[in-house]
Amino acid sequence: MAHLQFENIGIAGLSACVPANTVENLKYTQYFPQEAVQDIVEKTGIRQRRFAPPGMCASDLCFSAATKLLDEMQINREDIDLLIFISQTPDYRMPATSVNLQQRLGLPKTTAAFDINLGCSAFVYGLSVAYSFMQQPNIRKVLVLDGETRSKVYHPKDRQVAFLFGDAGVAALIEKDDKYGSSFFSLNSDGSRESLIKIDAGGYRNPSSIETVTEKVVDEHGNIRTDENGYMNGPDVFNFVIQEIPQDIKRLYEFSQKAPEEIDYFVFHQANRYMNAYLTKKLKLDITKTPTCLEFFGNTSSVSIPLTIVTQLKNSFESKKQLLLSGFGVGMSWASAIITLDNCNICDLIEI
Amino acid sequence: MEDTAKKFLEAFQEALEVEGKVIKFEDKFREYEEWNSLARLSLIAMLDEHFGVQIQTADFDKLQTVGELFQAVQTKV
Repeated sequence: MAHLQFENIGIAGLSACVPANTVENLKYTQYFPQEAVQDIVEKTGIRQRRFAPPGMCASDLCFSAATKLLDEMQINREDIDLLIFISQTPDYRMPATSVNLQQRLGLPKTTAAFDINLGCSAFVYGLSVAYSFMQQPNIRKVLVLDGETRSKVYHPKDRQVAFLFGDAGVAALIEKDDKYGSSFFSLNSDGSRESLIKIDAGGYRNPSSIETVTEKVVDEHGNIRTDENGYMNGPDVFNFVIQEIPQDIKRLYEFSQKAPEEIDYFVFHQANRYMNAYLTKKLKLDITKTPTCLEFFGNTSSVSIPLTIVTQLKNSFESKKQLLLSGFGVGMSWASAIITLDNCNICDLIEI
Repeated sequence: MEDTAKKFLEAFQEALEVEGKVIKFEDKFREYEEWNSLARLSLIAMLDEHFGVQIQTADFDKLQTVGELFQAVQTKV
């Protein structure tokens, strides 16, 4: 079982950046009737999203977030021994975007850099990788950059996904300090459900062609997309979440010997309000302990957990707090963690 | 009517927010005015909460009537 435990490693600072370009879902009615859009907004709780304009990438959002974080915390760039970039919307298919960011951020050539390609589970996965490296005596600080421009992935004429996704990027600085104590992770995967959320073409299994970029009607409801757009089987994703996530969290409680009452905040991947509310209810959690930013940013994939912390919990860490994080989605891939935040430096949200 | 059947019909009616009519097992639920992809999510939550079952889309798409859905739930409980 992929249960991991770490000692005296934690998130020293967190910063987030979103595109200034704001989409109001209730006005996003060029392809669907106003009434249908209203019903979707009511059920999903997503009123606004941020869309990166053409030319703006996930890496640009992360670059701005990281620059502010390093400057505000007066971090010597020479002390960053590892940079991880988490995204499924990288700049190029090669080289890895993390390597480009090493140069853009002015990090030394002695910094290790690589990308992690996972979706909604990826912030928790990425943290576990960062914490693992931090166990090495020569790794002083790790920079975890996590960015997505999902607005560029989904087709605006596909009702299943057209009103859900938004763009954002974050930077997290990982350090060693006795104050953090123990942290616990549980990592999972189920490739049998790979077709629940997927982009069929544009990789090497189904390479790009004229056909893969041609719009077509894909179901009896008249939804339209290309084979290079993402799609989602919403009902089965919901089935997956209510089946797997409570079990994973229960196993994490057992592994960590923690009780739900010891957790100050439960920060879930921000999928949609209906799903998150049901998950909260099923886990019998106090809703004041489950912060959300869905209303303002929608589903930002892997970025949604740290974006929720930055925008909703900014002034909550003057004293030590225990957080349970849980991310779940495309893969299917899911991961949960119990971590400590103590005096975490949270920057004001950046808009570019 | 059996308790489980009664409980199912009540939960179904509440989940779909069907008002002003009696739900019957022979009803084709996809023909209800209230039926859409959002109602589907409510149904998934209801089935999990009250019966502890999940029905995947491939199986769900074959079900036409409220009675067929009830049967599917019964075989999984």
